[in-house]
Amino acid sequence: MPDDTMTADAVVVGAGPAGAAAALELARAGRNVVLVERGAYPGAKNVYGGVVYGRILDEVVPQWWTEVPVQRWVTRRATMVMTPTQALTVDYRTSGWDHPPYNGMTVYRGDFDTWLTGQAVAAGAQLVTSTVVTGLLRDASGRITGVRTDRPDGDIHAKVVIACDGVNSFLAKEAGLLPRTSPEHTTLGVKEILALPREVIDERFGLVGDQGLDIEMLGCTSGIPGGGFLYTNLDTVSVGVVVGLTGLAAAKTRPEELIARVKAHPGVAPYLRGAELKEYSAHLIPEGGYRAMPRLAIDGMLVAGDAASMCLAAGLWLEGVNFAIGAGLAAGQTAAEAIAAGDTSARGLAGYRRRMEASFVLADHKRYRNAADIVLADRMQREYPGLICDFVEQVFTVTNPTPKIGMTREFFRAVRRNQVQLRSLARDGWQALRAFR
Amino acid sequence: MHYPEVSFDERMATVEFRVGERAHITVDSDVCRSCTTKDCVHACPAGLFVPTTDGGILFNYEQCFECGTCYQVCNAEGAITWTYPAGGDGVVFRKG
Repeated sequence: MPDDTMTADAVVVGAGPAGAAAALELARAGRNVVLVERGAYPGAKNVYGGVVYGRILDEVVPQWWTEVPVQRWVTRRATMVMTPTQALTVDYRTSGWDHPPYNGMTVYRGDFDTWLTGQAVAAGAQLVTSTVVTGLLRDASGRITGVRTDRPDGDIHAKVVIACDGVNSFLAKEAGLLPRTSPEHTTLGVKEILALPREVIDERFGLVGDQGLDIEMLGCTSGIPGGGFLYTNLDTVSVGVVVGLTGLAAAKTRPEELIARVKAHPGVAPYLRGAELKEYSAHLIPEGGYRAMPRLAIDGMLVAGDAASMCLAAGLWLEGVNFAIGAGLAAGQTAAEAIAAGDTSARGLAGYRRRMEASFVLADHKRYRNAADIVLADRMQREYPGLICDFVEQVFTVTNPTPKIGMTREFFRAVRRNQVQLRSLARDGWQALRAFR
Repeated sequence: MHYPEVSFDERMATVEFRVGERAHITVDSDVCRSCTTKDCVHACPAGLFVPTTDGGILFNYEQCFECGTCYQVCNAEGAITWTYPAGGDGVVFRKG
């Protein structure tokens, strides 16, 4: 081997939450690990909805909440069901989420990913930024033995490669684990960061101190399967939509127009009055879930995070960063053990999947493997928001001197008016119960 | 409720790009000419794909989010060649 190539025990591709966690565990185990990031700093290429569920960080830093670069702690969680002119909001708030260990937090990914990567570097991982991994190295038997980068003499030889290279994972594709495209399992998230003074955010959203609000929206994407969101940061608000690629392409609607419609909605616009656009961003999300996951361990390589489709997009739960961290930790632990045992073949790395099946990472995905289908189904997107809003409006509309007709009749009237088939409603309700059980 | 909408150029001006010398995405307009849907034109969140009068596609790589929407929605294999920009180049999200 020439002197100018690099050799390590393990190379981790991508310094997002999965890669940082994997590098951290390898470094903790005393292994020589290189963490390669194509951005100028961790998080430079990353966008997310806006909430990290932090309990998995218990395994990263004790009392992580004292040092994590948080914007606000989510203490108010609302789900808004909308039509163009109506909104029914189920709004939950609790003081149980405004003290350690908290529940959700809003963060900026540039801050968070840099912080998490810093934990790996402090443990001894070697971070190489501004470097693209362009392909896999293999030996004569086809086994993966490292990566090629876009630096001169930039090959890195390693016993294990951990692919944490995100939703477009060229490494998983090159290894034949993922198809070249999968628009039916991929959504596009587009987001605006809008500046408002901190005290204005506090007043408009009823927040005190570092409390935060998370609103998820259904029925705000002009019939394109997907949803909207609004999250509060310290002195900005994140507003955006997530839409299925197939539906977006068919609708021929511009993504930024979908955000504009959400912002102009009568249930959202008053919150955002006077806000100034600070950053527009976009990213793909792998929403295929458990059924679309690739093989997770092959000879010489593990796959974690978005690269392995580990986003849970199940309507009530929208999680990804926590799964990426959980998978990264499991990948790093498994790789360290396999290196110590001298067997980094698929068999030697098989503990990765077992570890995750025993934890929330695969257990949650398996349990809710059918939930995304329910949420993104045509009737849930196009018919039910209107039915629900219409029913509620009729119930709350006082029609004196005409007497009230009762909830049941009001409901069936709304069903008829919205041309919903009772049979489909019953079937969807049953399937939703099963999918979310 | 009136909301001052920003123009698309103003919107894109909020994003930092370190433009590299190499175009990391190439479009084969000969393939595009036979495409009837041109989904990339509508779906690209940065609006980088512009149809030309002869049925082809004009593409600008400089303000790319590197999201991958274009090649995912493209229904003609080989029309869009997609790689990452060189290390450190391309979009730099400040908030993300």
